[in-house]
Amino acid sequence: MITRRNFLKNTALGLAGAAAAFELIDPKKLMAEEAKDGSKLRWVFLVDTYKCVGCGLCVKACKQENEIPYDANVTRTWVERYVLTKDGVTHADTPKGARDGFTTSKIDLGQGKFKDIKKEDIDKAFFVPKLCNQCDNPPCVQVCPVGATYATPDGVVLVDRTWCIGCGYCIMGCPYGVRFFHPVYHTAEKCNWCYHRISQGMKPACVDACPFGARRIGNIKDPNDPVTKVIMNERVGVLKEEYGTKPQVFYVGLSKEVK
Amino acid sequence: MKNHVFRPLIVFLGIVGLILLARVFLVPKDFGVHERGYMYGWYRKDNEQFWKDFKVKYQGREYCSGCHPANYDVIKKTPHKNIECENCHGPAVDHPEAPPKLALDKSREQCLRCHYPLPYPTSGRSKIRGVDPDTHNPDIECSMCHNPHNPMEGLR
Amino acid sequence: MVHGEFWTIKELFVYPNEYIYWSIQIVMYPFMTGLVAGAFVLSSLYHVFGIQQLKGMARFALVFSFALLFAAPMPIVLHLQFPFRGINVFMTPHFTSAIAAFGVVFFTYGAIVASELWFLYRKHFVEVSLRLREKQDKTLVEWFQYLIFCSLTLGSYDVSEEALHRDEKAIKVLAAVGIPVACFLHGYAGFIFGSVKANALWMTPLMPVIFIMSAIVSGIALCMLTYIIAMELKKFLASRKRPVLGGFHSTEEIKGVEVSVIRMTAKYLVFFLVAAISLELLDLIFRGYTAVKSWDVLRSVIYGKDFTSIFLLQYGIGNLVPLILFLLPGLTIRRAVFGVVLVIFGVFMMRWNVVIGGQAFSLSFAGYMHYHLPIIPHDWETFKEGFFGAFGIFVMPFALFWVINKIFPVFAEAPQE
Repeated sequence: MITRRNFLKNTALGLAGAAAAFELIDPKKLMAEEAKDGSKLRWVFLVDTYKCVGCGLCVKACKQENEIPYDANVTRTWVERYVLTKDGVTHADTPKGARDGFTTSKIDLGQGKFKDIKKEDIDKAFFVPKLCNQCDNPPCVQVCPVGATYATPDGVVLVDRTWCIGCGYCIMGCPYGVRFFHPVYHTAEKCNWCYHRISQGMKPACVDACPFGARRIGNIKDPNDPVTKVIMNERVGVLKEEYGTKPQVFYVGLSKEVK
Repeated sequence: MKNHVFRPLIVFLGIVGLILLARVFLVPKDFGVHERGYMYGWYRKDNEQFWKDFKVKYQGREYCSGCHPANYDVIKKTPHKNIECENCHGPAVDHPEAPPKLALDKSREQCLRCHYPLPYPTSGRSKIRGVDPDTHNPDIECSMCHNPHNPMEGLR
Repeated sequence: MVHGEFWTIKELFVYPNEYIYWSIQIVMYPFMTGLVAGAFVLSSLYHVFGIQQLKGMARFALVFSFALLFAAPMPIVLHLQFPFRGINVFMTPHFTSAIAAFGVVFFTYGAIVASELWFLYRKHFVEVSLRLREKQDKTLVEWFQYLIFCSLTLGSYDVSEEALHRDEKAIKVLAAVGIPVACFLHGYAGFIFGSVKANALWMTPLMPVIFIMSAIVSGIALCMLTYIIAMELKKFLASRKRPVLGGFHSTEEIKGVEVSVIRMTAKYLVFFLVAAISLELLDLIFRGYTAVKSWDVLRSVIYGKDFTSIFLLQYGIGNLVPLILFLLPGLTIRRAVFGVVLVIFGVFMMRWNVVIGGQAFSLSFAGYMHYHLPIIPHDWETFKEGFFGAFGIFVMPFALFWVINKIFPVFAEAPQE
């Protein structure tokens, strides 16, 4: 029979213990704090969909720069084509992620089927390059059970190949579909804005490769950065804002049809 | 007489202790909560350096200009001026040490990336002149007649 | 081929990196953990609420839950690209991820079940080890047995009335505490899916609750089925054995399944089945009513591509038919067997429709992915993520049960209770 005194004593002890435990694991300290401002670098990416012609040279360059097997049907970045016809239908495709560009007017419907679109039926058509948004609130990092993927202080999300267990939760967690399993290393993989290049003053491979200047990278914390100026002063959009991920790839000419 | 009821609990706590002990040896020392907090910054700090040290393959045209000034200068005055050398010649990596010769892509598909005509009204693509690959000399390389470094040059 | 490419067929506009990454093993995992949780809850119904008719079932359910517990992490082990790195979940758990809870939850739950079993069988351990200690010339097997049972007593040989009474109280406490833990065990599995905002089908706060309800349903159903089979098997084997010279079989030996036990258990099965169906229908109705951005593609998946799988197989054969079978008066053992088999099938289909169904449409909401389960494997990956890998895991608990039964005998008359 537990006495009232013992019950009260035990409860008090329990509460004290819990309070001590919370001190050790203070939720405020653990929750993502905004990078303490000493950091003057936060990378951002700018895509101009008016300039993109769908040549796919960015995709080819990325594969070779980042050692993604050329023939594997996965890619760190890709280009989508949207063709809107006069009947109000949106046709979209991305053959091999546009690794070989778009060299036919036929829309790839998958399973060997194609749909030809005649020039006179087109209302508007454009290309949309996509890559990892290096979100400010990356859902992929949140769901990693072991801390194999993480956000660097300058905003890029990376994957630790030695620690990833290959559960695939981060791949399922990304609303943009940028993640995949590397065919050779079998760990989670995604675009990292060529972190090895930007960290030494170079540009990402896709930015360099694009002959039309559709891809640009900059530092949002530098008010004199030309990319920052575009983002702050011109009309830009982001993908799937409703998920609350705070993506850091900004699109000039983002149209409502983009999926 | 100690209450035997708690023995399973002691076994359980023992196992937890073993796991905590194993952690000391198996978890890398630099694994912890870093700048972005526990939610976004729980990782092995050393990995950042791994990615910074990743090998650069594409060197950019300035790298090429050192030994190949002629082509570098010529192309700058043409509509192909913004195409990187390595877009067609492949990544330089440590050229000329490795690879001594670059794999040049002279296929028709390479040119068709831009020059297959797609009449897309709001896209820059519609401003690029193109050809129907099935009727325009379908069985020879484009570069047989067109100079990629100077595309406006008369037919070779 | 990249992982997932072999069994995925893409249609219309799908992002380049999208494949069905979470395939049959991820269907098996919540299915198996559901059986674990359900079996435990069934056992606790007797220990906590003292429902006497469930006495025979309770001990069986607890031991079977323990056997299931070892089989339950196997789907994950087979699914991981790096199974041995699985310990990283224990080493550096990232608790913002539902999967990281796996370590804590599984371990706690395992501790509770193991402890409860220990208290239940402690007298048996003491008796066997004392008996073996007396025996002078032990065979090798008996030495082995002696070591095992000795260590299992954890050094406590007191089997007085008072000690046994304390054991009983401990069982009650553990069974009571274990119910919320079992719910958490499966609730977290539901949370794994329900919290993925990127997936339009999975994202709902109802997911953990739906998972728990259907888990309990499956656990009760499997326990009923295995209990019936085991009791009938025991009866069959006992009746074939010649009785002791001049004697007869005891009632205990040839007693089969008691209808009253089955009827009682079936009542609880029906209760949870109704709860599970209601929640799932609620989710569906809500989605159709609110019709958010994803509804167009979800509707084409639910009412189009997956119509057979969802409405005929899961709701029809897996839920409605067994519900009718159990509600009709005068439940017989035969009808119960048929009903529980259909229920287990229904729960499996629910897991399938959630996991595979959630990947049947593209993130673009403008394309589809079709999954075809690899049956004949041609490499390790198509084996572990194919039919035989899944089937192997399904039979594993039965094999384990046979082994565990040697230590925790379910059918002997251990008058612990």
